[in-house]
Amino acid sequence: MANEVVDHGRRRFLTATTAVVGGAGVVAAAVPFIKTWEPSARAKAAGAPVTVDISKIELGQKVTFPWRSLPVFVVNRTPAQLAALPKVDSRLVDPKSDGASAGQQPKYAQNETRSIKPEWLVVVGICTHLGCVPDFFPEIKPEPFDPNWEGGFFCPCHKSRYDMAGRVFSGVPAPKNLQVPPYHFVNDTTIQIGVDPKEAG
Amino acid sequence: MANVFTRIGDWVNERAPNMVPAYRKHMTEYYAPKNFNLWYYFGSLALLVLVNQIVTGIFLTMNYKTSAAEAFASVEYIMRDVEWGWLIRYMHSTGASLFFVVVFLHMFRGLMYGSFKKPRELVWILGMLIFLALMAEAFMGYVLPWGNMSFWGAKVIISLFGTIPYIGDSLVQWIMGDYIPADATLNRFFALHVIALPLVLLLLVVLHLAALHEVGSNNPDGVEIKKGPKGNRWDALKPADGIPFHPYYTVKDLVGIGFFLMIAAFIIFFAPTFGGWFLEHDNFIPANNLVTPSHIKPVWYFTPFYAILRMIPSFFGTAVWGVLGMFGAIAALFALPWIDVGQVKSIRYRGTGFKVALGLFVLSFFMLGAVGAGVTAEVIPEWFGNVDVTFWENLFGRVMTLLYFGFFVFLGLYTRLGWEKTKPVPERVTMHD
Repeated sequence: MANEVVDHGRRRFLTATTAVVGGAGVVAAAVPFIKTWEPSARAKAAGAPVTVDISKIELGQKVTFPWRSLPVFVVNRTPAQLAALPKVDSRLVDPKSDGASAGQQPKYAQNETRSIKPEWLVVVGICTHLGCVPDFFPEIKPEPFDPNWEGGFFCPCHKSRYDMAGRVFSGVPAPKNLQVPPYHFVNDTTIQIGVDPKEAG
Repeated sequence: MANVFTRIGDWVNERAPNMVPAYRKHMTEYYAPKNFNLWYYFGSLALLVLVNQIVTGIFLTMNYKTSAAEAFASVEYIMRDVEWGWLIRYMHSTGASLFFVVVFLHMFRGLMYGSFKKPRELVWILGMLIFLALMAEAFMGYVLPWGNMSFWGAKVIISLFGTIPYIGDSLVQWIMGDYIPADATLNRFFALHVIALPLVLLLLVVLHLAALHEVGSNNPDGVEIKKGPKGNRWDALKPADGIPFHPYYTVKDLVGIGFFLMIAAFIIFFAPTFGGWFLEHDNFIPANNLVTPSHIKPVWYFTPFYAILRMIPSFFGTAVWGVLGMFGAIAALFALPWIDVGQVKSIRYRGTGFKVALGLFVLSFFMLGAVGAGVTAEVIPEWFGNVDVTFWENLFGRVMTLLYFGFFVFLGLYTRLGWEKTKPVPERVTMHD
């Protein structure tokens, strides 16, 4: 043995294959550790649909319902607020919700008012910038953050502004319109958040 | 008795013969330049604060409850019911802020005297990694009391990762382990805050010091004492302008530590929240996922970077630019040894352009801090009356952001295009006898 010539090619090959196999083992072993960070079965189960009564929401009022621990805003918009929507079109990033915000609402809410019924706005109250909850400024009057305010939402974190249909203004940090969750009307005074109309059948 | 100690010493030496030489190499025979000034206190002070954070942190975990349901109440329990618990917690929370104070000053010293330049690039890189680890550590620590600012701060910072195209949303869910920051998030942050990141920090600190001791310390003159004349009172072959770290600088550092502890004690006893800067008022309200605090702002040490994030608007349908800008602000510091290629290290002998640029850089850092902390949003209407606050705040913040990045662009050009008119650098440190 001692007199044999060392085969360096063979030694390099064995070193390299050992390293590759060992490396693959380390990567495979890392997967379960990484997977433990995914939402657990319990967290996922908590994401079930919620049914809410909207009969008590007054004209012009906003009520927040939790869905998947996210605040969902349900707003009963006044005719004046609806009439103001087209007025701000030119100041919005994506007024028709067909550009950057194409994925921000189900097909049935991709319209002028971003809703199933014009007066009822249902949006996830999470700023599309970094996830704060925007404040509700429904009145059509000059606000400190916007002298030509037509009503809408204002995020206190980074000053992003949205109109009364949750459409984002240009020149603010938020890139997209507020997300419209899947929802449908069970009857005139009840909606279910988390289920599309056709699924509900 | 002495005999017993000698025998124990000999016993250890026989089995670990390299321990005494290692001690000598890093303490009594580590020759540091003799002209250190006030700015050289902050390294040892950072080490002191690190020890404080570890010791007080260990004691806090003994009463803290890691759960979204109990965390807030357990912190209040520490504050009210645990004997001396308030002191331990205030030492920890004040320590966190003072950690950043000394680290910022320590980094500024490096900028001023060119300590990041060759041959100390590795020391600088390791130091920047410590800074990154420290920011992660501080952020996660801030989440643990589960106050409303903890919750919303966590939400905003984690959402930064959501701006990454394609994988962003699932990455955010992976980090939180839920659809919003929740019990799972709090628990993993606790694990990272109390064990994973402290281990990383300690390792990096050891490497930072090891790398420093390989090349030797810089000094206010930016002169390499190893290249100067040889021979001092202790060793004929060692730098003439060096003195042993122990006892000379250990004793000097003790004086600094004494002074620093007086300031720290004053804050701990008389102003632990520091007017809402060290502990924010909104964090004395339990976490509420349906109500955002009216002014979300990070703790003061993140505000300059946070302001850069806020000042960069989204375009092309993504908000990733602000995030890139914020991380770019830190990445630029990492790259500094290769941006500033000027041969002269110390500000004492560098051109006027450098001095002005450094001054403006510090100014932009403070002003961005003011923007990030919401100070400008308050003072603009106060000073200028009824104006469009958002417009003027954005304009001011964007100018300051340009000034911040302008420092790096300017230094790159200034040192490469031969614009810098330096003064002659002395052969030896200016304090030699």
